[in-house]
Amino acid sequence: MNTLVAEGLRKRYGDLHALDGFDLHIPPGVIHGLLGPNGAGKTTVVKALTTLIDVDGGTATVAGFDVRTQSAQVRRRIGLIGQNAAVDEVLGGRQNLVMFGRLYGLGKAAARERADELLDTFGLTDAADRAVSTYSGGMRRRLDIAAGLILTPAVLFLDEPTTGLDPRARNEVWATVRETAARGTTVLLTTQYLDEADQLASEISVMNHGKIIANGTPEALKRQVGGDRVTVTIGQRDDLHHVAGRLAEAVGEPAVTDDDTRGVTFELPAGVTAVSGVVRALDDLGVTPEDLLLRRPTLDEVFLTLTEKEPAR
Amino acid sequence: MTTLRAGWIITQRELAHWVREPWGPIFNLLFSVMLLLVFGFLFGGAIDIPGGGDYITFLLPGMMALSMMFGVESTATAMANDARKGITDRFRSMPIGSGSVALGRVGADMTNSAVELLVLIVGGLLIGWRITSDPGSAVLAVLLLLLLRFAVLWIGIFLGLTFRGEGATTAVQVLVWPIGFLSTAIVSAETMPAWLGALAAWNPLSATATAARQLFGNPTGITEGVLADHAVLLAIGWPLLLVAVFAPLSARAYRRLRG
Repeated sequence: MNTLVAEGLRKRYGDLHALDGFDLHIPPGVIHGLLGPNGAGKTTVVKALTTLIDVDGGTATVAGFDVRTQSAQVRRRIGLIGQNAAVDEVLGGRQNLVMFGRLYGLGKAAARERADELLDTFGLTDAADRAVSTYSGGMRRRLDIAAGLILTPAVLFLDEPTTGLDPRARNEVWATVRETAARGTTVLLTTQYLDEADQLASEISVMNHGKIIANGTPEALKRQVGGDRVTVTIGQRDDLHHVAGRLAEAVGEPAVTDDDTRGVTFELPAGVTAVSGVVRALDDLGVTPEDLLLRRPTLDEVFLTLTEKEPAR
Repeated sequence: MTTLRAGWIITQRELAHWVREPWGPIFNLLFSVMLLLVFGFLFGGAIDIPGGGDYITFLLPGMMALSMMFGVESTATAMANDARKGITDRFRSMPIGSGSVALGRVGADMTNSAVELLVLIVGGLLIGWRITSDPGSAVLAVLLLLLLRFAVLWIGIFLGLTFRGEGATTAVQVLVWPIGFLSTAIVSAETMPAWLGALAAWNPLSATATAARQLFGNPTGITEGVLADHAVLLAIGWPLLLVAVFAPLSARAYRRLRG
């Protein structure tokens, strides 16, 4: 049975269809990435599934409970990590966790014990009694996530958890999310960072205009957009377009040039073997590239391809 | 988890704030004391009270009522901050009753204001203010002051939930001043131009200030009119009316977070 099911969710804000027939099925224990640009409706999805807003139509269950009619049961089984670190900045980390633990219904002693466990797990024991306002962005986020895990929820919702964090803090959060999933919690993570979904999620849904436009593993999604890419970096900027044109002729594929990186990129439907064609063409032209890279398409490319297929509104 | 218990836990969060960052509340209290000294000694000499009496003894109950009303600001600010930072959403995603957040606010702000009242009472006694009535009346005066605080608490919750931007907070901070001064808290309405005096007399703040003066046995600065005759009744009725209007509005604003 799926831990999280959403079928045909609809939500309107005035003229805006924030959710327009949104469907999602997530099996237990996985990290599911919900990918979409700003305004795609990701936060609305999270708010609907965490019982924070009423939807206009459709059904959703979390851990087997209906988010509309059984919100109390749902709330006992979820953790919500919103876009801001929703922790009290004046209080210390331990005080925060004890307070939230008691609100989850734990007794004082049990709440303290759980707080200590979580502080230890998240590497915050040394900072436990310092005011949260003195924490780094990554520490704050970790505390925020810890507060969402007090009751060991069936589903943890993370709404753009690394927005505004520096790379180091982002890595801390990623490690935390992986550990959480490894302990059996299902994770729904929204992000507009494509590499984040690629790094963390085993399954990705791409959403735009309030509904899912593609679903699958990161690899499957990339395949959907075509084969491997080869990128040739040219030493001289002046030669870029000339070389790109000649290469395109030789390879028989349209070239995408990037003036900033002096890169010429081809899609190679035939896969790795087609690289030899590129190399031969470079030889014939007498051009020695600075770099030659064979790679799978990035999610950025996946995303652009998918959203371009969407009819404009 | 009962709403009451959850509310108490959220109240304790606020009390823990005082322990960790005492300077905020202390400066708030010092501000009240400073206002008291400014009006009592700087402006007081120039203010006459119709019907006679010492200005300090006239001023004290007014300052108390004023500081209760100014509490609307801290309530609105705290509500707006929690909403903006996502803390309200976290509470809403937890298995606690929907009244818990408001109840926690009530507990914290009423405690805060009770302390403020105590500081003003002690400070007043130090600069020559006296209670000349019986203890029962004095206790009733304190309760009426706290009732006003309770009433504006609901205005604050409503404003904080409805207008969450930082600009709105500033607007509340500015607007409390004219509303506070257009009352009999600091000066008697009978020394104002007639139309302004009439307006001031109908300010709920004036009802509480006048009732507190009567109950403490202090000069009221009012010699005639509805306010002079029925101050205590008005000091009960106004706050109850405000609660009757703003508690449902607050509940509605909280439900509206559900979009």
